[in-house]
Amino acid sequence: MTMENGFIQHALHAQEQDSTQESIKVQVKNLNLFYGEKQALNSINMDIYTKKITALIGPSGCGKSTFLRCINRMNDLVQSCLVEGYIGVDGHDIYDKEIDVVAVRKRVGMVFQQPNPFPKSIYENIAYAPIMHDIVKKGKECDELVERALRGANLWDEVKDKLKDPGTALSGGQQQRLCIARAIAVEPDVILMDEPTSALDPISTEKIENLMLDLKKNYTIIIVTHNMQQAARIADYTAFFHMGNLIEYSDAKTLFVNPKEKKTEDYITGRFG
Amino acid sequence: MPNDKNYFYIPQIKKRNQKATLFKATTLLAIIFSISFLIFFLVDIVRAGYPAFTQTYIQMDVAINEEVVENPYSALKGKNLKIASRAWLRDLPNMIKENPSWMNTTQTLWVLANSEVDQYVKGKESRTHERERAYVDELRAEGKIERKFNTIFMTTGDSKIPENSGIYASIVGTVLTIIVTMVIAFPIGVMTAIYLEEFAPDNRWTQVVEVNINNLAAIPSILFGLLGLAIFINFFGVPRSSPLVGGMTLALMCLPVIIVSSKAALKSVPSSIRQAGFGLGLTKWQIVRDHVLPLAMPGIMTGSIISIAHALGETAPLIIVGMIAFVPDAATSFTDASTVLPAQIFTWAGMPEKAYLERTAAGIMVLLVVLLSLNAVAVYLRRKFERKW
Repeated sequence: MTMENGFIQHALHAQEQDSTQESIKVQVKNLNLFYGEKQALNSINMDIYTKKITALIGPSGCGKSTFLRCINRMNDLVQSCLVEGYIGVDGHDIYDKEIDVVAVRKRVGMVFQQPNPFPKSIYENIAYAPIMHDIVKKGKECDELVERALRGANLWDEVKDKLKDPGTALSGGQQQRLCIARAIAVEPDVILMDEPTSALDPISTEKIENLMLDLKKNYTIIIVTHNMQQAARIADYTAFFHMGNLIEYSDAKTLFVNPKEKKTEDYITGRFG
Repeated sequence: MPNDKNYFYIPQIKKRNQKATLFKATTLLAIIFSISFLIFFLVDIVRAGYPAFTQTYIQMDVAINEEVVENPYSALKGKNLKIASRAWLRDLPNMIKENPSWMNTTQTLWVLANSEVDQYVKGKESRTHERERAYVDELRAEGKIERKFNTIFMTTGDSKIPENSGIYASIVGTVLTIIVTMVIAFPIGVMTAIYLEEFAPDNRWTQVVEVNINNLAAIPSILFGLLGLAIFINFFGVPRSSPLVGGMTLALMCLPVIIVSSKAALKSVPSSIRQAGFGLGLTKWQIVRDHVLPLAMPGIMTGSIISIAHALGETAPLIIVGMIAFVPDAATSFTDASTVLPAQIFTWAGMPEKAYLERTAAGIMVLLVVLLSLNAVAVYLRRKFERKW
């Protein structure tokens, strides 16, 4: 094995932290996804565990982002997209006809690649959705929620004096943490992150990674990343996607140190991708 | 030292630079050309129009008695009657009613001159007779002729007597018409744009609708007048010549432009904002209302106000729905017969009397002021909404 030592260290480190009982949060069974005629995901089966960080890695166009977007039905917005199969959150089918997509997305929040705060104040960025969801009333209750969310995203100390300032005036890394604060303010169970640090500098990236490690105490996090070191640093479980197939899925240590599949090994050692 | 001069030498450089200079000069010439036309137009209009803002008054002795109340024309005699305005004389009994103390006295009053005398005093071509000209010159030498600010022009409606005609009624008509246009076209246009841009599925049917809206924006405006005549007047029986029917007709004309510009404004809002909303479990309407619309508002405002300003200067469709009619009184409601500024200008431009010519130019000046203030409002609103974000 000629893996970089750093990888192993990170993976081992991530493994050590893992001591809680493992229960399944999101269950994916036989998921197929089509963009028109083209099949983008081929019968994916995957169990995602509660209060763990699961990283999805793979080369561009492998379907990892598409898969992520299935978990809160963001693909419903794409007209030509057809999803078949079962995705359950706590055993409830999110593609059930009886279920409102808005309710699914309240339970399964999302953070995007580009920080995308609303063009409103920092306070309003966080307060808007909870008020719309009737989680809090305007006023003191709402102020507390905003503070809680900002503290949860390790942003409170930086912005507590300028809550009225526009969210777009913050730096890129702060904006992304604002987006994370906004996501946790609606009290989801699962947070999906689609390459949340790829637009950020290394220092901001480190802050977000530390934040994710904090967040996993309360939330189940699924992250798509291009950065394998990042996956190794923070993930408890890692899934490798290639050409719409889930090639390998196991705890991060096994996947990075001792991959079963040749393709996985080729990818993580940089032979393609 | 080697000869470094040739180190940065490119064979064609001089020619290329010349071409660039020539191109720059051509573009500069184009803008100078259009600016000079604009200046020429403005100077010409102001030169022709500004005399309309003053009107000639003549100091005369007017004998007031019972007979004058019955027949006001008997108040003046001979040359004085020839140079006075008939409109002023017709109004004399009212003045007497307001000033009962005048009865059976001779008052020295500033009498409004008729338009031909007014034109002569202003040094323009006039149809006044030689004898009257001599008399006017004589009065002027005595200081009995004065040009005062033309309050009549700013406070009355159209009249068959030039010195008694004013722009006020058509300003009122224009304001009422534009209110109707805005109230109808803005919400319908913006809502249509929101539906097409945010909610409509992308299929053959919506594509056909969009292509048709784009084409409607380029249709000759007079056709909208025919449509207004056929639908609003003949089918729904809306009163002819009224600001209501005029406003609705102009609203039809504005709609395509408002829809197209609002759609463009909505499209320019980054989709990441919508994604963010969906990711938080917001409904489409919450996202559009609170996050997309505020960002698109400056663009929507600009497009709408430009289109409404365009409607403000529109004459052709209003002629068809009867707003060209002779309407002396200002409208007091949306269903009263009324005229509008461009139609009034059009009517005056066709009149034979010289006094109407300067009123035409003055009317254009008023229309320009209204348009410029509307544009100023547009700029202000855009700034205001932009400053927010």
